[in-house]
Amino acid sequence: MSYGMIIILYLIILAIFTGYEMIGRVPVILHTPLMSGTNFIHGIILIGAMIALGQAVNPLEQIIGFFAVLIATINVVGGYVVTERMLEMFKTDKKTTNP
Amino acid sequence: MNNMTQIIYLATTLLLLLGLKKMSSPKTAMNGIVLAGWGMVIAILVTFFMPNLHGFVNFELMIAAMVIGAVIAWYSGKKVMMIQIPQMIALYNGMGGGAASAIAILELLHYENSSIAIRCLALFGAMIGAISFSGSIIAFAKLQDIIKREIVLPLHQILNVTLIAASIILALYLLIFPDQIFFILPFFLIASVLGLTFTLPIGGANMPVVISLFNAMTGLAVGFNGFVLNNPALMVAGIVVGASGTLLTQLMAKAMNKNILSILFSTLSKSVSTESSATTDNMKSIEVDDTAIMMAYATKVIITPGYGMAVAQAQHKISELAHQLEQRGIAVKFGIHPVAGRMPGHMNVLLAEAGISYDKIFDLDEINPEFSNTDVALVIGANDVVNPAAINEPNSPIYGMPVLNVSSAKNVLVIKRGKGKGFSGVENSLFNMDNVHMLYGDGMNVVNRLVQVIKNL
Repeated sequence: MSYGMIIILYLIILAIFTGYEMIGRVPVILHTPLMSGTNFIHGIILIGAMIALGQAVNPLEQIIGFFAVLIATINVVGGYVVTERMLEMFKTDKKTTNP
Repeated sequence: MNNMTQIIYLATTLLLLLGLKKMSSPKTAMNGIVLAGWGMVIAILVTFFMPNLHGFVNFELMIAAMVIGAVIAWYSGKKVMMIQIPQMIALYNGMGGGAASAIAILELLHYENSSIAIRCLALFGAMIGAISFSGSIIAFAKLQDIIKREIVLPLHQILNVTLIAASIILALYLLIFPDQIFFILPFFLIASVLGLTFTLPIGGANMPVVISLFNAMTGLAVGFNGFVLNNPALMVAGIVVGASGTLLTQLMAKAMNKNILSILFSTLSKSVSTESSATTDNMKSIEVDDTAIMMAYATKVIITPGYGMAVAQAQHKISELAHQLEQRGIAVKFGIHPVAGRMPGHMNVLLAEAGISYDKIFDLDEINPEFSNTDVALVIGANDVVNPAAINEPNSPIYGMPVLNVSSAKNVLVIKRGKGKGFSGVENSLFNMDNVHMLYGDGMNVVNRLVQVIKNL
């Protein structure tokens, strides 16, 4: 097994622990926003989609790549907008009083 | 990939992780998503300048796809009502899964320059992504009421097992004969069908757990793609989401007192729910005027809203009602079940939107001991989460689920649209109890009238 492979395995272990530990004590009120937030974070697949489309060499690959970039963008932008809208309401200084 | 790009991706990963960390605490959550957002922006910008993006045509296609996608997502994300957020998350998540699957397929098409280990990861990524893609769309359709019932085909479990076996066989075949690229299509289709057959029999009430699971699966697929594309940012972000998503799925299932496996592999048995439906004749209805008086002269009121309140868009009126009762010196608290709404935390978002401050909102464990010294418990649009069958009917499908003990309040008022059952399809014995009165009508309308009457008392 190459040194690079070993490093990657270490990376996987650390990433799993990080993911688990980070949200270990999250209160129930944040479950929905947090799910939406992680949904946004895996939107980083857009980077992969851009690279994949960039390397497309024939029409079939271009079509698949175009589709991938399109829906990955929806994931990123939609994930962000929705999460932000939800978390906007958690701002503590927003004490609006009813008229 | 040059050094600059690498460093930016590293910074992105750091920002995403920092954002995720901040998002798990209410005070810093807003900062968290903004940080993560900036991380994403710099990663996208630097990717534009990567030298090995092939021809100019691809670059144009990329811009076009991103503009179209961004417009669709921005518009739908801004426009969607808070109550529909869960299904929108499912939809966006499905898109991510689909993208992960498509990228993995592109890599499989470039089989000449990839090792067997990479092809193996690509096949995994393609399969998980495809399942998440089609499954999330079904989850969306269910919560959006496009698909209204659980669909169970004959021999459903056997069908699922067959599909899994077929996709594994195709995956092995593609692993051994990577030049048979035509077989990628049936492989992708079978995995997609698996997502459908997997999600269709699961009831709407359990959908949040399923959406969360698909979210984790997309994360995993993204992580696999990170290895395939040799991109550490995708690896780390994907695996972190996969791990935290799995934990979040467990936490949600726990909040609903359900077992993940039983959600995924069985539906509520219909025979049991009809068994306990014998008595519906003891329900006492009450008029708005009497309700208003009962509330106006109480000293302590607890309001327990459910998904029905949000459907009726009554949260703003409820906020007004609470405000008015407080002006009369009545203590008003809100008791929120973890799964009130469609997902854990969904109801908190809806109430916050209506301007109800957080210090009045209490969760199950905090509020349950308080019902016994409460004059009026107002239940609006909630059903399963206040069903005493969960405590005292061992053969009920919802037995064991923690519920709000509204029945220990002196008086319980239930605002309900009709005599129907809850989301789980289970009859509610609460409605037959002696201290419980039913106020039938549209939530918004009824609460509005309540507000008017109390104002004039």
